[in-house]
Amino acid sequence: MRAAPFLLLALASMPCTAIAQDHRHEAHSAGDMATSAPSQSHAETTTADGGAIDHDAMDHGAMNHAGMDHAAMANDAPIPQGPPPPEAFSGPTFAADAFVGPEKMAASRASVVRAVSGMPVFWFQADRAEYRAREGRDGYLWDVQAYYGGDIDKLWLKSEGEGSFGEPVESAEVQGLWSHAIGPWWDLQAGVRQDLTGAERTHAVIGVQGLAPYLFEVDAAAFLSTKGDLTARLEAELDQRITQRLILQPRAELNFAAQDIPELGVGAGLDSAEAGLRLRYEFTREFAPYVGIEQEWKAGRSADYARAAGEDPSVTNYVVGLRFWF
Amino acid sequence: MTFSSHSDRLAIDRRKFLTRSAGVASLIGLGHSVPGWARGSHSGALARKGSDVLSGEHLTMTVADASFATGSRHGPAVTVNGTLPGPLLRLREGQNLVVDLENNSSMGTSIHWHGLLVPFLMDGVPGVTMAAVEPGDRFRYTFPIRQAGTYWWHAHTLQEPMGHYGPIIIDPADGDPHPVDRDYVVMLSDWSPMDPHTLMKKLKVGEAPFNYQKTTATDDYPLSGADRRMWARMRMMPTDIADVSAPLYSYLLNGHGPEDGLEFAFNPGERVRLRFINGSAMTFFNVRIPGLPMTVIAADGQNVRPVEVDEFQIGNAETYDVIIEPGGADAFAIVAEAMDRSGMGLAMLTRHAGARATVPPLRDPPLLTMADMGMNHGQMDHGSSGGTMDHSAMDHSAMDHGGTQHTPSAAGPAPMNMGSMSMRDTALLPQSVKVGPGIDMVSMNPVDRMGDPGIGLNDVGHRVLNYRQLVSAKMHSDMRRPTRLKEIHLTGNMERYMWSFDGKKFSAVTDDPIRFAFNERVRVKLVNDTMMAHPIHLHGHFFELVNDAPHGHQPLKHTVIVQPGGSAQFDLTANEPGDWAFHCHLMYHMHSGMFQVVTVRPLQGGEG
Repeated sequence: MRAAPFLLLALASMPCTAIAQDHRHEAHSAGDMATSAPSQSHAETTTADGGAIDHDAMDHGAMNHAGMDHAAMANDAPIPQGPPPPEAFSGPTFAADAFVGPEKMAASRASVVRAVSGMPVFWFQADRAEYRAREGRDGYLWDVQAYYGGDIDKLWLKSEGEGSFGEPVESAEVQGLWSHAIGPWWDLQAGVRQDLTGAERTHAVIGVQGLAPYLFEVDAAAFLSTKGDLTARLEAELDQRITQRLILQPRAELNFAAQDIPELGVGAGLDSAEAGLRLRYEFTREFAPYVGIEQEWKAGRSADYARAAGEDPSVTNYVVGLRFWF
Repeated sequence: MTFSSHSDRLAIDRRKFLTRSAGVASLIGLGHSVPGWARGSHSGALARKGSDVLSGEHLTMTVADASFATGSRHGPAVTVNGTLPGPLLRLREGQNLVVDLENNSSMGTSIHWHGLLVPFLMDGVPGVTMAAVEPGDRFRYTFPIRQAGTYWWHAHTLQEPMGHYGPIIIDPADGDPHPVDRDYVVMLSDWSPMDPHTLMKKLKVGEAPFNYQKTTATDDYPLSGADRRMWARMRMMPTDIADVSAPLYSYLLNGHGPEDGLEFAFNPGERVRLRFINGSAMTFFNVRIPGLPMTVIAADGQNVRPVEVDEFQIGNAETYDVIIEPGGADAFAIVAEAMDRSGMGLAMLTRHAGARATVPPLRDPPLLTMADMGMNHGQMDHGSSGGTMDHSAMDHSAMDHGGTQHTPSAAGPAPMNMGSMSMRDTALLPQSVKVGPGIDMVSMNPVDRMGDPGIGLNDVGHRVLNYRQLVSAKMHSDMRRPTRLKEIHLTGNMERYMWSFDGKKFSAVTDDPIRFAFNERVRVKLVNDTMMAHPIHLHGHFFELVNDAPHGHQPLKHTVIVQPGGSAQFDLTANEPGDWAFHCHLMYHMHSGMFQVVTVRPLQGGEG
């Protein structure tokens, strides 16, 4: 798959991106700023193109410009940065309070602060909700997420699961996560995952979700179960616009395990891999049916477990589904 | 679009419902006296298009829920005195004004007098100078008119994008220096059937959800594969020109959509004054009248030395007065093209009713440039290593920016080398800027872009206005050199749709305003660390653009566009005591955090 090398790249760049986001040289003291910033503005003034103005055509006659020219102005000493004069701090915190009434203004201010500082929003997205045609019984899959919160902190819910028609649900899980922005493009997420099928387990979750360079949507998480099993999952998607509404989306998912988990058919190391390609049409941004193909492989010992259970470790799904959000 | 037909259906159903229930109500003696706020519904009477004129010293302005229709779109709106835009206030310099604002709508409201010098308590900003006027309540504004020119008024709430705005003309006390035969207001705006809260949410959770001009595998944009990979690597879009545009908006001139056939009459040989006001929520317009040069005589209400142009870009809340002398044809098209060129507003200058001029097609959408990324333009030599420094051999990631003076020569890498450059070197920011997830870019070399005509207008083959051409007609009385430089960074995160000043939303600085001493002369430098152009508005004052104009003649403005990745400076005499809103006039940028308060103290001003 063409996505595979990108995925590795995304993986490699992710941690350093997260770290680099908040690095900051502390060398700029307030004093430095006072001298360096004005000198920059000074340089701009002198290099500015004054040619756009026809100075000759201006009526300078009425004024005494004898000693004036632009070069002289620009050569003046830079204007210093500094704190406001003391009188700028005089009087009440909020000028209108004494006239309108402190309580009335406090209530009004609170509602405006909310309104102009990024109100919390609720978002639900079914990234994949699909029918899967394949050898043997056809199946279904859902992969949805929702959040509620502001710019920095959100409550994030995720659920995914799949199965074959006519059989019990094969796997299903829900996650409840606290999500905290740690950089322009990345959220750190931590919380709980509950498996709803098979050997029902609860996991602690820690992960990152966000947008990697080259616009990969990445969701990477590690899970520690109440049985002590450590697993990890890495998902990446990329929207490649063919037209404004027709979008090809390569998708890859890798699952890892730190140990064998025989009762779940999971072997240590790379457990499974998925590579998919979905073509969707956005009737609106919010509503987009798609068709696609997804290949799933069990790897290593997981493949052995699968064969022992009489399952094919490699499955090809032809999918048709709906991506939507609100 | 599906949502417009959807709301069409809703609106019609609601109208039927209201008609019927009004009938029932009149039987029991209520009739039409039930105001919108009591009905609890967004729908109301269909707004009339265009403004009625209000003059005199005592005016009443009544806000009401309404609906609006243009082209194939129909949806909720807000009117003042029943029209969209609301009434044109025609006033005289030196008069007193009393306005009774009555709120018959279902939402809180206010009126801000944009560009008028008023006592701060009359400025009409909820949370700063007053509390919002609740449904069913009223508020009395009273203040003297101290100036002349073209201005406007609007709600300082989310009623504004729904239609709560209108023009103001103030005639000078001592006669107008520009006698004309006809005098028209051209108020530009954008209207959507989508509720502003819904629109805001979609901007927040979607990925540029209203942009249908993105790069694709099949587009015609002049971008190489390397260019496209560079943009993708930066996680940014070169097509990020307007957050909301024609897929959602109808562009209006005096409330009339392109299909509504608005006409301005003229006779050949007449001098016609057009007062352009950009009252839109989210749209910069490129204004031109093909075949007619325009002589700009005023900017933001203040007279400037006449300058003849063929086109100008007008940011949100700006005003330009132009004089034209139509003749030689029966009709001319007034074209107000959205900056991203997704659509246009349109009206006709006509010699006789029904005359029509050819409407030019929309031009190709523009793309952001290196300069918009905060790279010094003019120094870009694509592919080669500039000057005496070998940039290709430089390890930019290891550069110690801490002690470096950031001269232009150190910041002009070719785009191919950008992979090793940080587009977000937060060491370049002063300590006053709070670094966090709300900042996705830092301009490497934010040069002064006063001479820039605006996005997409650099090589259109005719004369386009830029700020350097504006020269105040009158000499200012305060020509002191500023004693202090105040630098403010415009910051944002496109992906998260967060916008702020100095990385801080209003919630972070509610009780920590930007402070000026009364009568202090300050130079304010606005540095744009984003790839969008921001029209920045300071309430209650005029400031002077630092644009190389002759001494004492820097142009006065109330709103200044700061070009992407660039900077702009203005000189301010802080002589209006009180708390004043200071914000980006892109509605949804302001509502995402690009809003702060400027305070001028002491409150008694010179008398204290």
